[in-house]
Amino acid sequence: MSVQDIVARCQALFEDLDFNAVKQWKAAQPGRKSIGYMPIYVPREIVHAAGMLPVGIFGGGDQLEVIQGDAYYQSYICRIPRSTVELGLTGRLDCLDGMLFPSICDVIRNLSGMWQIMFKDKYVKYFDLPQNYDDATGGSFYVHEMQALRDDLEKLGGKKISDEDLKASIRVYNDNRKAVRELYAYRAQKPWQAPTSEVYLVLRAGCVLPPEEHTVLIRQYLNETEKQKRPQRDNARVILTGSFCEQPPLGLIKSIEMAGCYVVDDDFQLIQSWLLDDVPLEGDPLQELSKAFLHRSAQTASKYDDRKEDKGKHLLHQVKTRGAEGVIFAAASFCDPALLERPMLQEILARHKIPYTAFKFAENTGQMAPIREQAGTFADSIKLWSAA
Amino acid sequence: MTIPVTAATAAPKKDKPKVIKEDAMWLQKELINANYKELATARETGRKVSATFVPGNLNELLMCFNFARSLPETNALQNALRKRTGKMIMDAERDGHSEDVCTYVKADLGMMLAGDIGPTGEPLPKPDVLLLSYTGCFTFMKWFELIRQKYGGESLMLHVPYQGDGKIAPGMRDYVVKQLTDSIIPALERISGVKFDIDRLRQYMRESQKAEENLVKVLQSAKHRPSPIDGYFGGVYYIGPIFTAFRGSPEATRFYDVLWSEVEDRMREGKGPITPEGEITEEKFRLVVEGPPNWTNFRDFWKMFYDEGAVVVASTYSKVGGVYDFGFRHDPDRPLESLAEYCLGCYTNLNFPQRIDMICRYLEDYQADGLLINSIKSCNSFSAGQLLILREVEKRTGKPAAFIESDLVDPRYFSAANIRNRLESYFQMIKQKRAAQAAAVH
Repeated sequence: MSVQDIVARCQALFEDLDFNAVKQWKAAQPGRKSIGYMPIYVPREIVHAAGMLPVGIFGGGDQLEVIQGDAYYQSYICRIPRSTVELGLTGRLDCLDGMLFPSICDVIRNLSGMWQIMFKDKYVKYFDLPQNYDDATGGSFYVHEMQALRDDLEKLGGKKISDEDLKASIRVYNDNRKAVRELYAYRAQKPWQAPTSEVYLVLRAGCVLPPEEHTVLIRQYLNETEKQKRPQRDNARVILTGSFCEQPPLGLIKSIEMAGCYVVDDDFQLIQSWLLDDVPLEGDPLQELSKAFLHRSAQTASKYDDRKEDKGKHLLHQVKTRGAEGVIFAAASFCDPALLERPMLQEILARHKIPYTAFKFAENTGQMAPIREQAGTFADSIKLWSAA
Repeated sequence: MTIPVTAATAAPKKDKPKVIKEDAMWLQKELINANYKELATARETGRKVSATFVPGNLNELLMCFNFARSLPETNALQNALRKRTGKMIMDAERDGHSEDVCTYVKADLGMMLAGDIGPTGEPLPKPDVLLLSYTGCFTFMKWFELIRQKYGGESLMLHVPYQGDGKIAPGMRDYVVKQLTDSIIPALERISGVKFDIDRLRQYMRESQKAEENLVKVLQSAKHRPSPIDGYFGGVYYIGPIFTAFRGSPEATRFYDVLWSEVEDRMREGKGPITPEGEITEEKFRLVVEGPPNWTNFRDFWKMFYDEGAVVVASTYSKVGGVYDFGFRHDPDRPLESLAEYCLGCYTNLNFPQRIDMICRYLEDYQADGLLINSIKSCNSFSAGQLLILREVEKRTGKPAAFIESDLVDPRYFSAANIRNRLESYFQMIKQKRAAQAAAVH
């Protein structure tokens, strides 16, 4: 498969709001089940170990006409819950046997209860994540949460999930995360070879494909794109941050690139790179998943920073290790976590003399001209400053 | 007993409008002013200062360490009642805060930018500890992170899990208790220099129980016809002490004794609620309200109700700092477990089926005509999903529901004409429904 074929396949998966890939996976073997999850993070290993397909639900994007979903939300609520409700009410999520709503913000939290009421025949769980990072306290609670999910999925699937099943799934996801890390590293090294509009699609494919298949796909993409030499431009290298839940339209990512920016890191599909290194395969699998979450996971707006000094560390690390020249804050409108976090991160960047710009979007933003203009001006200003 | 008094905020040269308040309301005002005085003089008196939030506040515990206690939401709403938050919010937005986010946060940050002068005109000291009890609202976490980043101070996280499954599992309570014993209490000891004494905590909790008993009697008096109280506009006065810096104090116990005595008298005499313009003499509509009130135009907002003879007999907002009317009490025999259960049980920590059950139960128990939702732009914890609540409640009870929109402390989002129109239509709808029901009976 050529790089064009791979990207075309990923784009088809991305645009398929009927989740046919999930339906096909289920049809391939009678009795298979799939579990949807919303951003930012759930331990997909447990779903996988139950023999089920974890399916990332990131709203309806800019191709879905939201009619019924709008009747459930006021104008000052972000768009992802309304398009998710639309997907549910139009039957597009019927292929899912359950939904997980992780703790990220009040909107997704409340959506968990709405889902319980609206889709009574489905398994629904609000999945709490600890904000206390002590193993004996937050860790113990988190292991308890994961065990409850394990128990639920055992009931739903009608089969026990052994520690060995969990370890096998951890191995699969370790490999997937490794491939994602390779993809991010490659893009940072040669952003002209792996444009973010493509990288994004390759990552989004991980929402609907089994992880084993997704890992192969990522590596295929890396092999194929390396073969095809593309022109290198004098673009500004930027980190894009704040888009960890509602996703910007693909056109927006393309617009930023066309405006003269190479996106060398982002938080679009944070679940895929949330755990920063391999989860050990020795020991108790839930304990190891817990330790990875508590001590070796990405920093983001929905997670509490214990100390003032910790704020912005991850972003600064991204800037440094990816060789970024600036940061673009791209938050969904009315996204409380991202918009409340932004001034703190901006203050830290200013202290480190790292240029930044900021804008808001909705998943169905159609007008790209202002964003292209802003990103272009930002790229120009970086180039001018660096020249000086 | 009620006393007509002169409003302190009226224009000096005109005839001052008479404001009617219950004795307990004046007592409440004294308590709040005294607390601001304590905060203003905390440095002189050598007291350490804590800041914490209303839902899930650990007031009894903070009192064990002699902290002067500040509650940022209360500061913001007190400033809003005094018409000061518009500028504060705009100052915070000019300082880089998004127009999309919570205006409580921006009013607080705007107040700090302007030198941290509190609602009573006295300075508010920088907190020594930001106790983040994080119940039912993610914005709290960012709020204290923002304050910590800009003004320093130590933050302490008490993560309270959400009742996603509609119940408090033992693991949830144990998690909160463990955080209290292993991190919160040792940190409060270190910051305050005061050793923790669990018997002192128990004693405060005994006081809490007494106040809680009386608060529940006051709130449930609205089951009576006519209701002697307004459970929303009047309710915010009633919950003031117990939701803020006073729960567990003898002052709070005295307040709720006085309050219950007044309400009991009014109920016995068949009197309606006291409003700023006097007693409601004819109760025409009995409503349940979901969502916080608007504070910038609080008096105008209330007037839209009492002018029509509408009384709020129950509200969810009066449960935001603790749900006591279904039996929960602070328990001195299980002090830490009880604090954990209190935090876990606050209204916005309940899942949607629980919230809907509660509202339906209020509609029935309080013989209400319908549900009104005041949807607040700032508050996703309340607002996200309220339109589903409206539909479900209508479906389950057959009673009419209505929806209005405003904000907590941002005067730009209070449109009096729109709200009045909607309320008038709603009252009309209730009348028509009554007429149709009467016709069906005959």
